[in-house]
Amino acid sequence: MNILRKKSAANVPFSETVIETLIRLCGVSSIIFVFGIFFFVFREGAGFLFNALDVGQFLTSPEWYPTSLTNKRYGTLALILGTFSVTTLAMCIAVPFGLGAAIFVSEFCSPKLRETFKIIIELLAAIPSVVWGFIGLTLMNQLIIAVFNTPVGLTMLNGGIMLALMSVPIIVSIAEDALKAVPDSYREAAEALGATRWQVTYRVLLPAAKNGLLAAVLLGAARSIGETMAVLMATGHSVNMPSGPLSWIRTLTATIAAELGEVARGGEHYQVLFIIGILLFTITFVVNLVADLVIKGIRQQ
Amino acid sequence: MRKIEQAKPVIICILTILVCGFVIIGYSPKNNESAASKPSTQIIKNKGSDTMVNLAQAWAEIYTGITSTASVEVSGGGSGTGVAALINGTVDIANCSRQIKPKELELATQNTGKTPQEFIVGYDALAVYVHHDTPLDKITITELAEIYGENGNITQWSDLGITHNNCPSDKIIRISRQSNSGTYFYFREALLGKTRDFGLGSLDLHGSKDVVEVIGRTPCAIGYSGMGYATSHVKMLEVATAPGEPYYAPNLENVLAKTYPIARPLYMYSLGEPTGEAKAYLDWILSPAGQKIVEKLGFVPLANK
Repeated sequence: MNILRKKSAANVPFSETVIETLIRLCGVSSIIFVFGIFFFVFREGAGFLFNALDVGQFLTSPEWYPTSLTNKRYGTLALILGTFSVTTLAMCIAVPFGLGAAIFVSEFCSPKLRETFKIIIELLAAIPSVVWGFIGLTLMNQLIIAVFNTPVGLTMLNGGIMLALMSVPIIVSIAEDALKAVPDSYREAAEALGATRWQVTYRVLLPAAKNGLLAAVLLGAARSIGETMAVLMATGHSVNMPSGPLSWIRTLTATIAAELGEVARGGEHYQVLFIIGILLFTITFVVNLVADLVIKGIRQQ
Repeated sequence: MRKIEQAKPVIICILTILVCGFVIIGYSPKNNESAASKPSTQIIKNKGSDTMVNLAQAWAEIYTGITSTASVEVSGGGSGTGVAALINGTVDIANCSRQIKPKELELATQNTGKTPQEFIVGYDALAVYVHHDTPLDKITITELAEIYGENGNITQWSDLGITHNNCPSDKIIRISRQSNSGTYFYFREALLGKTRDFGLGSLDLHGSKDVVEVIGRTPCAIGYSGMGYATSHVKMLEVATAPGEPYYAPNLENVLAKTYPIARPLYMYSLGEPTGEAKAYLDWILSPAGQKIVEKLGFVPLANK
């Protein structure tokens, strides 16, 4: 029956409409989900955000005392700076490694090696963040204590290294695609003019793929900003104004993860955590938007 | 390019096998269990305090071994999580390292129609831990308050009158807990009362065990955690309420005699008067057999009845 129906020409338009509707639903649903999440996060936090919260204090005070009995203070400056400093540090490590690896994989290595590399890099992306956190808490902690002679190894540097390791796979795969997208005619033309392989890469490919490479970096950064578990475990989780790679810090995401589990639903602290969620949502939205615009820039070229 | 095309099916095959394997491993024991013991076993759901999770698990394991009519499912998450589950009526017994708040009691009664019943199942003494190389054996609550409190005036080991050779920076590294754990609340109240806050800049770790582990690796650190978590890398300090008062070590006798200043009862709450298997389980926990496990895990059992 089934085979007959598939073969009969009259029914093709029908099955086609069904499939088309399904695909359309899938596409629309992702939009609905994104807006649904934004709506939910905003609804939970909005009451406090507009009525009681001192936004100036929220953004500029480093004093985070959500559970104080007498003097509750919701200042997130230390957390915001924590997030940005650890992300910046992670990018300082991940960008050279990621872009270097992408250039190597796409331009310099043999096809066989390339496949091995790509599989291994994809495996790196598959390691769950709690495992990275655990490595940070145990192995990297001791390593940092031994190398830098600091009392505690749970530092910004520790978290930064973990985040770098997590965002390198994203940077590599997107950057490699961007380099692959440069037409071969560019390479051929450059080589015909007598350029060496390095000159081809440096003078021709990198400028041609710069938008894609920038997008890779930005998406890697977005990944770092949103990461929770690894930074919660590796950075010391301490409300501190960051003063260097060896200081202990706390990030916005880690604060939500650590505290949301035990707050009273609907209470002030709960709503403030959701406002932090709104803040994070805005930050990642801006980063992703910039990345998107940059990618669009490539297409128009 | 052909290499990728060839490699892809292989990778997909490996992944499929792995996923299938995990699914089978994950599901089969559960299926067997439910098939074999469905008619006779009742599951007691037990959730709450992270401080008590090791204890609750030990109870559950041993109890499941000696009875054939019930099995106990234990999960942690914190005292608040346990109470929240009690309010939602999703657990039979909630573990709590603090007393339930009147508001929570009221909510639970309102939501489920049953009033939570309180059982004290043991005591937990919060020990003050330092690295075992620290040349310090005693501390007062007043000193602890100045170490941990906001704008406290003890920030260096020399402020306590000791020379800490293994801590060249002399700076006291405060280890604390995330700001909504039951342990954090209890320690803050014991040290600072209800009016003062902890100072910022402490390392707020996410579990009782992590605290002791980090202190064991950090000569400059001081921290607090349950008495049961001591290892050979750390040292527990004797505590006095104020300068001039006697010091007490965190041990069984002192907690039972209520002379050790930072000790608290551990609670279990059942929804309504416990019945059936839950009652049998709680009775067993309060019996000498159950209390022996309390002692074994480094907590303090109830005074022998």
